[in-house]
Amino acid sequence: MTVFEYAPAPESRAIVDIRASYGLFVDGAFVEGRGTAFKTVNPATEEVLAEVAEASDADVNTAVAAARKAYEKVWSRMSGAERAKYLYRIARIIQERSRELAVLESIDNGKPIKESRDVDVPTAAAYFFYYAGWADKLEHSGYGTTPLGVAAQVIPWNFPLLMLAWKIAPALACGNTVVLKPAETTPLTALLFAEICQQADLPPGVVNIVTGAGATGHALVGHASVDKVAFTGSTEVGKAIARTVAGTTKKVTLELGGKAANIVFDDAPLDQAVEGIVNGIFFNQGHVCCAGSRLLVQESIADDLLARLKRRMSTLRLGDPLDKNTDIGAINSREQLERIRALCDIGEAEGAERWAPACDLPSAGFWFPPTLFTGVTQAHRIAREEVFGPVLSVLTFRTPAEAVEKANNTPYGLSAGVWSDKGSLILKVAAQLRAGVVWANTFNKFDPTSPFGGYQESGYGREGGRHGLAAYLKGHQ
Amino acid sequence: MPVPSSNPMLRGMPPTAEDLAGTPAAHQFSDVTASDAALRRFLHGLPGVDQVGAEARAAGLGTRSIKTTAKAFAIDLAITMVDLTTLEGMDTSGKVRALAAKAMRPDPADPSCPAAAAVCVYPDLVADARAVLGDSGVRVAAVATSFPSGRAALPIKLADVRDAVAAGADEIDMVIDRGAFLSGRYLQVFEEIVAVREACDSAHLKVIFETGELQTYDNVRRASWLAMMAGGHFIKTSTGKVQPAATLPVTLVMLEAVRDFRDATGTMVGVKPAGGIRTTKDAIKYLVMVNEIVGPDWLDPDWFRFGASTLLNDLLMQRTKMTTGRYSGPDYFTLD
Repeated sequence: MTVFEYAPAPESRAIVDIRASYGLFVDGAFVEGRGTAFKTVNPATEEVLAEVAEASDADVNTAVAAARKAYEKVWSRMSGAERAKYLYRIARIIQERSRELAVLESIDNGKPIKESRDVDVPTAAAYFFYYAGWADKLEHSGYGTTPLGVAAQVIPWNFPLLMLAWKIAPALACGNTVVLKPAETTPLTALLFAEICQQADLPPGVVNIVTGAGATGHALVGHASVDKVAFTGSTEVGKAIARTVAGTTKKVTLELGGKAANIVFDDAPLDQAVEGIVNGIFFNQGHVCCAGSRLLVQESIADDLLARLKRRMSTLRLGDPLDKNTDIGAINSREQLERIRALCDIGEAEGAERWAPACDLPSAGFWFPPTLFTGVTQAHRIAREEVFGPVLSVLTFRTPAEAVEKANNTPYGLSAGVWSDKGSLILKVAAQLRAGVVWANTFNKFDPTSPFGGYQESGYGREGGRHGLAAYLKGHQ
Repeated sequence: MPVPSSNPMLRGMPPTAEDLAGTPAAHQFSDVTASDAALRRFLHGLPGVDQVGAEARAAGLGTRSIKTTAKAFAIDLAITMVDLTTLEGMDTSGKVRALAAKAMRPDPADPSCPAAAAVCVYPDLVADARAVLGDSGVRVAAVATSFPSGRAALPIKLADVRDAVAAGADEIDMVIDRGAFLSGRYLQVFEEIVAVREACDSAHLKVIFETGELQTYDNVRRASWLAMMAGGHFIKTSTGKVQPAATLPVTLVMLEAVRDFRDATGTMVGVKPAGGIRTTKDAIKYLVMVNEIVGPDWLDPDWFRFGASTLLNDLLMQRTKMTTGRYSGPDYFTLD
């Protein structure tokens, strides 16, 4: 039998220049932090990449003051058309430096270069292009034209640059200035973005980037001079933020966890459904808040679908994130890896059947094979809690009503998927699902024109599209 | 309320080992092919193909990066899979003899270069190809059944096939009656393939769908099952006379069909994309698709072919580049 082995095809690291240490980006310049510097590592090798400053309360104060000054003196007074020029410029520089951003994202985050190159970076540029277009047309948005002021933005480690774009682009388009805190395990592309702001001649103070962990984030969202808080991350931290800002005049949008149902009916296009399931849960190692982590498959096709799914999972290529043929990269941190392991052990202990394809895991770094659990019921913790890893729980249903009931039986409500060749069934089910996004015969598709957000414990407010403007304009939630 | 069939294939599911035990592959589908209505129910009961998803999957596989040793391996494999083709009204025995010589020794400057799989010609030129190829191992394939339109009476098509086989063809590339297929007369298409297969005698049968005329992926999947159930050894995308000819997503759907057919029956069927594949880069995308959709069993000229004329020289040029590190011009490769 012939074996077609793919030779290593690594993307070159030479294009990125990672500095030994990074400061904070405040008022248009890089400055020292006054907290305790921390290290960011490559999760695929555990190699230390750089030392990054921690913003102390005083640093956060300085950054918010810089943002306030830039808001009052420059940015809020600038016409929408002028703001748009800067946003277009940033979007174009992201495109021009896309390979550099993609390589850096993969090194710092662990995601496959194929995804950072084909999804994260081009989509980030697309959000800037999209909101640049809104900047001089806000009077047609239906949400007014008055910005809020200074936005405190805290973003997660799963899509570092893309989440930055989701936060910064609409804020700036509407005339706000921002202080953004990237996640402590993935600060490097945000710091490269700071350089891009300099390259684009963005007025100082319009974008400020403070690095650090929970304490820095807490100081930022709790700061008295902040008008708006936007957070993407865990439900637990989201709740803490909601408590912090309760009773203030700050506007808040929260984009939190999820436990999305991916519903496959018996008349679904099976091979494409398998692709959608794989894309839904193994894209970005499952580090996706809207991941399709619960597969609900109609009982009459469950065996067939699972056989196809397992065969497909066996062809997934796990390894070096910089290799262009890698499908599954590294888990972002040891902490996250421990959490995934713990929840999978609980899944087994609770009686679900665990399966993963034969898969050599590299010896260094943080890795977890693509895994599925069968025999899962609604009572299992792996069916209820967000694993945030490449772990799929498979449940079955008999009727559309049962599928909807199970899909909605979760405290979350961020996304869902429906697979069927029958349009009327898709429309009926989609209307009954309590989820902010419902994908039909596809999954994990993101577009700047489409709003994104959740129900219940998945948060509130919408990002993206026209609706995303409301979060950054006065008088609207 | 339709009564669920006892045949698992009618429910669109692979049968269990129990279903298949003691059932010769050829007779498994006797109840499916008993009537036009039953055949229609079966073909329309196959899982649908979502166009957007299938095209996205094909495009995704197209981004695989095949370099160095993997590329060298793929190029040699692709050369062994080429059905070197000439199907022009102006074909002559001289042209066919030159092509046959090329198929045996594609790169006269490099004896380590493997031979192509076959030479593909019109039936009246089979004897010329046979005379040159002899027992070299390079096969003679003939397009028959009133290629490319297939618009002739069945006895004429069968005579066309027998003529080619008698002249020494190892393989027959037939076209299906697209008119009958598109008007829903599946049984007629099925029976015609069965009749051609009989007329082929020991020659292998490739069944051409002309996917550019069938147009939808659902049709491609149905045609694939129809041809496999009728006993085709290979399913082939196109004649090369209609655009679009072979595409990656069409080939993807056909590969999924042969994979599912083997799961259901244990019988392997080959796949031949033909028409429009001109570059090494394209050929490698197809091989990646074979590798990841149906697996290494199909990475063999017995189970996968390229119907092409200009592809071979590009493969040779890339092959020389891989071994020497330099590109030589097209003048260093033979035009036949």
